[in-house]
Amino acid sequence: MRWDFASVFDNTDALLVGAAGTLRIFAICLVLGLSLGLLVGLGRYSRNRWLHIPATVFVEFFRNTPVLVQILWFYFALPILLPFQISPLAAASLGISLNSAAFSAEIYRGGIQSIETGQWDGARALGMRWGQAMRRIILPQALKRMLPALTNRAIEIFKMSTLASAVAYVELLQQGKLIASLNYNPIEAYTAVAVIFFVFLWPLVQFSYFLERRLRRDE
Amino acid sequence: MTILKVTGLTKRFGTTDVLRGIDLEVARGERIAILGASGSGKSTLLRCLNFMERPGGGTIALDGQVLGREGKSGERTYRENELIQVRQRVGMVFQQFNLFPHMTAIGNVMEGLRTVRGMPKPEAEARARKELARVGLAEKAETYPAHLSGGQKQRVAIARALAMDPEMLLFDEPTSALDPELVGEVLAVILALAEEGRTMMLVTHELGFAYHVATRIIFLADGAIHEQGSPDEVLKNPKKERTRAFLASHKQFSF
Amino acid sequence: MAYQWDFAPVLANAPFLAEGLANTLKITGTALVCGVVLGLALALLRLSPRCFLSWPAGFVIEVFRTTPPLVQLFWFFFALPILVGIEMTPFVAGAVTFSIQSASFFAEVFRAGIQSIERGQWDGARAIGMRHDQALRRIILPQAVKRMIPAFMERAIELMKTTTLIATISYADLLFAANEISQKTFRPLETYTVVALIYFVVIFLASQVARLVELRLARSGESTVH
Ligand SMILES: Nc1ncnc2c1ncn2[C@@H]1O[C@H](COP(=O)(O)OP(=O)(O)OP(=O)(O)O)[C@@H](O)[C@H]1O
Ligand SMILES: [Mg+2]
Repeated sequence: MRWDFASVFDNTDALLVGAAGTLRIFAICLVLGLSLGLLVGLGRYSRNRWLHIPATVFVEFFRNTPVLVQILWFYFALPILLPFQISPLAAASLGISLNSAAFSAEIYRGGIQSIETGQWDGARALGMRWGQAMRRIILPQALKRMLPALTNRAIEIFKMSTLASAVAYVELLQQGKLIASLNYNPIEAYTAVAVIFFVFLWPLVQFSYFLERRLRRDE
Repeated sequence: MTILKVTGLTKRFGTTDVLRGIDLEVARGERIAILGASGSGKSTLLRCLNFMERPGGGTIALDGQVLGREGKSGERTYRENELIQVRQRVGMVFQQFNLFPHMTAIGNVMEGLRTVRGMPKPEAEARARKELARVGLAEKAETYPAHLSGGQKQRVAIARALAMDPEMLLFDEPTSALDPELVGEVLAVILALAEEGRTMMLVTHELGFAYHVATRIIFLADGAIHEQGSPDEVLKNPKKERTRAFLASHKQFSF
Repeated sequence: MAYQWDFAPVLANAPFLAEGLANTLKITGTALVCGVVLGLALALLRLSPRCFLSWPAGFVIEVFRTTPPLVQLFWFFFALPILVGIEMTPFVAGAVTFSIQSASFFAEVFRAGIQSIERGQWDGARAIGMRHDQALRRIILPQAVKRMIPAFMERAIELMKTTTLIATISYADLLFAANEISQKTFRPLETYTVVALIYFVVIFLASQVARLVELRLARSGESTVH
């Protein structure tokens, strides 16, 4: 057995297209997932049960089903109820974003709850409204504590982006499959894909370790 | 008869020299109280004696047998098996008790007998009960540490050390973590061991107790023996200025 | 245009779904047992003072935590068999991937658990003459494991969700059954909905058990690691 990466380098273009696809879906899901998660997290934190109950159902449902099942449901099942088709990108983004929203909602809620009530009192004593106190006083402090967990979420989203290949969205793993089947070089193709993911993810993972260490030191 | 002989013992952590050449000879039946300011190296000295810390330099001889082997670079090397034997012969009691929270009192006392000595369970249990009775805790045998008072915990810890039949006992501030009203019960147990004629070394801030129980007092300063002698010599008529200053700062000292 | 829901064709395939669920549990259970054992081994190696033991263990842990599980699965299924010249069934490839992958997470749980035990416990064990491995087995691990239980259960639940990836290499797990049934019955909406609900029920129940155990541990004053 000889390793022959030439057949992979010949397909650099395909890998670049795949990397672009991976980064695109990662960016979409990161923004959608973490911002929707904040809304859901605030709903979970709320005492108003018209907000609390739907948010809880959302979180429980999406945390307790596998994300691949969600993606396939959005791709194969949802279009039946809709008057239009759903693209692979849309289905995968929906699944990954909603799943990430459910997980990050719990991070936001935990972070907000971890802030002492004295901070709320202080903000209110200045005459701040709830929204102002949340935005100006509570969230900035909570965000620091949540940062390691949110970074881990980002890492998970990056890894989950590979599941989009199950609905034939063009991303790195999908391109790896293509290269492997065209050139009969699965060893090199999949090793290359694994290395590329490692290169993308390693700095993120190190950053999350750094944040965790810093948080532990500061508390 | 000498049981322990320490020659030129040194130890450094990173760049700080914690022990700077300790020479010490302990005779059988001797009771040595070690005094000294915080950070003077008292704990480190005790921990070196049963090799919880590896000595940096110098030698330690137990019963005339010098431990470890001279390495090529002049440093002594110790085999783990040898040290395990030493630790069984030199028992240790800690300030924070270090009881095993997932075992009952008797489980704690039996643990060394069962795991280290491989003693059959009934035998180990009988032995452990005897040791618990000796420290006055026979009826607490099945209690977990979380439900014992500090004084009771420390007595279990003493029983745990005694169960291994040590030839010598090391106490590192055994009453410092206790509420004042619980100190007495632990000191009473140590006093009883003293009256049996056991060899012991004791780091303590209870100067009155040290005066009554010790046969020799060692005052440690900056990792060296600054002054030593009988309790009367060191505690009543200290020769060195630092010893005097140290004693003066311990107001509760009364004989 | 209201869609006419019809679950009958899906329910007619109930035995097929049951078999899929059984296979999902089988791969989850296999990877869980292997993952825990391997995870403990990796943790002990990583905590070793000898760098020729700790470094490779750290490398394995980092690689498997830093690459997507689906990429790992494809590598073990499509690349490794050619590399070492052995056949790999989808089940074996999945079991190997998910075992090592979860082991790399379990290893960190074990490590955090072991390191959370106070130094005094090691002191107490050594002072009565215990060897390192005796102290670890009798004193440190029994206490550490208790603190690790919540993190451990969380990881086990994650593992069950991850096993759905094995459907992409045609192992007949529950998700793969969904695929087959939906193509056979032309009822993807009902099929995927039913399968999603089955996953939800199983995983939700497992999460509730985990939550209860964590509450009880918290109430008994046990600190936990994550
Ligand atoms: N494991 C260690 N690593 C680094 N430094 C240490 C270690 N153990 C002790 N030291 C340092 O060695 C010095 C002596 O410590 P030691 O615990 O022996 O003092 P002590 O006399 O017992 O003090 P105390 O009365 O506070 O218990 C201190 O400066 C301490 O910070
Ligand atoms: Mg000390």
